Amino acid sequence: MSDSRKTGRVDMPRQPASVRVRNFDEVALGYSEEDARREAGRCIQCKNPLCVQGCPVDIDIPRFILQIREGDEAGAAATLKLKNSLPAVCGRVCPQEEQCEKLCILGKKGQPVAIGRLERYAADRETAAGQGSRPGPAGSRPAVTRPSMASPTGRSVAVIGAGPSGLAAAGELAKLGHRVTVFEALHKPGGVLVYGIPEFRLPKAIVEQECDFIRSLGVEIRCNYVIGRSGTVDELLRTGFDAVFVGTGAGLPYFMNIPGENLNGVYSSNEFLTRVNLMKAYRFPEYDTPVHVGRNVAVIGGGNVAMDAARCSLRLGAETVHLVYRRGREQLPAREEEIENAFEEGVRPVFLTVPVEILGDENGWVKGLECIRMELGEPDASGRQKPVPVAGSNHILEADTVIMAIGQGPNPLLTLTTPDLKLNKWGYIVADEATGQTSKKGVFAGGDIVTGAATVILAMGAGKKAAMAIHKYLQQDRP
Amino acid sequence: MPQLNEIIRKTSLAPGIVRFDLHCPDIASHAKPGQFVVVRRDEVAERIPLTIADFDAAAGTIVLIIQEAGLSTKKLCGLERGERVTDVLGPLGQPSEIENYGTVVCVGGGVGAAPMYPITKALKAAGNRVHSILGARSKDLLILEEETRRVSDELHVCTDDGSSGTRGFVSGKLAELIASGVKIDRVWAIGPGVMMRAVCDVTRPGGIPTVVSLNTLMVDGTGMCGGCRITVGGKVKFVCVDGPEFDGHQVEFGELLKRSRMYADRESRADRDHACRLGLKT
Repeated sequence: MSDSRKTGRVDMPRQPASVRVRNFDEVALGYSEEDARREAGRCIQCKNPLCVQGCPVDIDIPRFILQIREGDEAGAAATLKLKNSLPAVCGRVCPQEEQCEKLCILGKKGQPVAIGRLERYAADRETAAGQGSRPGPAGSRPAVTRPSMASPTGRSVAVIGAGPSGLAAAGELAKLGHRVTVFEALHKPGGVLVYGIPEFRLPKAIVEQECDFIRSLGVEIRCNYVIGRSGTVDELLRTGFDAVFVGTGAGLPYFMNIPGENLNGVYSSNEFLTRVNLMKAYRFPEYDTPVHVGRNVAVIGGGNVAMDAARCSLRLGAETVHLVYRRGREQLPAREEEIENAFEEGVRPVFLTVPVEILGDENGWVKGLECIRMELGEPDASGRQKPVPVAGSNHILEADTVIMAIGQGPNPLLTLTTPDLKLNKWGYIVADEATGQTSKKGVFAGGDIVTGAATVILAMGAGKKAAMAIHKYLQQDRP
Repeated sequence: MPQLNEIIRKTSLAPGIVRFDLHCPDIASHAKPGQFVVVRRDEVAERIPLTIADFDAAAGTIVLIIQEAGLSTKKLCGLERGERVTDVLGPLGQPSEIENYGTVVCVGGGVGAAPMYPITKALKAAGNRVHSILGARSKDLLILEEETRRVSDELHVCTDDGSSGTRGFVSGKLAELIASGVKIDRVWAIGPGVMMRAVCDVTRPGGIPTVVSLNTLMVDGTGMCGGCRITVGGKVKFVCVDGPEFDGHQVEFGELLKRSRMYADRESRADRDHACRLGLKT
């Protein structure tokens, strides 16, 4: 064991780049039992574990790792689920390198324990063992995976949005004995987990299992219900809900406002990924929804969403996929693992470059991008060097599909119909960081609709915190 | 008690045009004229926007009138009474701005007569003097003639081939009305893009405010994808949340028409494959 502590973490097998670029199957294949026990053996079980401080949902990390080492996989899954309703998701998409693993003491001299890979392993083993999340007939569920449930309180909570924050809030509230109904606008629950993150990073069967687990706690998920149109927050409060949690996310796509953005072949990353992931356009014509991917795709942006769009484009048959980013390699905001995967698969970066116009042909289709080069100047407010245009550097990049992955803002449908909900100047809901309490009585909010586009686990953390605050509110606010 | 999204009634209105009465109580109780729904027929289907042609909050029903155009509408029209549409989301979009404008003309081209109907009804109820113009390629494709007549002061019918009413286009009929000296305070036009553009060309010289309802490609219908974006008055608007109704004189119809062709080649491919699959079954 001590050897492997020094030699570094156990590798997780992946599909080779040349193979995976032709399919939508999961890229990372997960640990075997032997891999997992070896990696778990690297954990030195700190008395004051720093890793837990880096976890937005306070998972008892040393404990679940010890359980894996001792072969108690069901116990490990139970430890995870005590704090995190979606471990199979988080094991895959959390930026552990910025959180738990960043603080792991082993990381000071070598590689930190692969906490994310172990989380994924425990969650997947539980599912594989059939002890997982599918609700069976009464009594058929092994007690080990079912968290302890408080007795019913008789209070009802509406959760708006079935994304990471909403699902986390719903799970916690149900465990505390409240009746929970989740309202989701799309036809499937999961939010960004189903429409945004591609199958090859997060298989949709896993999201379904996690949603089934939430349902097994007694949560009702109502799809095709858009608060702001099919009903309002005030209606919910009037018709029997004692509190409301708003987790509607950051779903409004940003465009650059440059000429040519309405040409055919120009997508927002939201539309492109929704077609591919939620609507399964990658299985067209078995599924009816089409997506247009030309020979030369240009993805604008450098975050995880840009990487996802670029890697989907390659898998859908594009010959070249350029990733056009205004800063340099060092400044790419995407996770390092995803950047490496993308470049290994053949995504070609075009750094320090910004499009100024999208060029079209006579039929209204994209044929290229006029770009300018940038150089890095003084650091801006975020501390990153600000890109400055290089005069006279205009040039053409050939492209017949352009995907704008430059960020998302708050969707105003709900907030416009809830006038007494205080917003900040960008349209995000103003909510207390610790509790999610908004300016409106009985209404709490969390996730991207409060913070702006962030990560799955931060949204889940906010959902959990708000659930605790709602619980407290309901205890004080007896009818 | 019918199931959610169950087809309570199916009526054939014309060759290739079907009317569905759907059990959607929450949508029926929230719907207003001018709004639409997004439907997904089954697990493999596309999400497509359809304007609400009528709604009855008490009965819990909404009416959708669908013309078989591409694969998705053909498959939808194949559903029968008692079957369910897998997903119906709505009501979406901004409602029509209904008030007493004075004299209004409501122009419905082809299956556009369907979304035009609840707006016409509401305008009439608000006290307007309502002229309706209904147009179709020929008599057998003309829909909602009697219903529209009941909520209009005057009904003008025109067909491309002259088989019913006057021979000619709805825009020509509207030009005649204007030329005859009828003072028109506002025009509504719903139908194919080229028709709405022609109507706007007719009303532009006299500066008659003209509202058009756009039916663009869409995925979610809630402002998330931006696939329905269109330039109106030099600004990019999302049809799903900013519309579907816009000032017709400000809409860039050229762009609208080009964007509507985005998947034309794929649509024909899916259509062919679908026909093949059907062929295998029989």
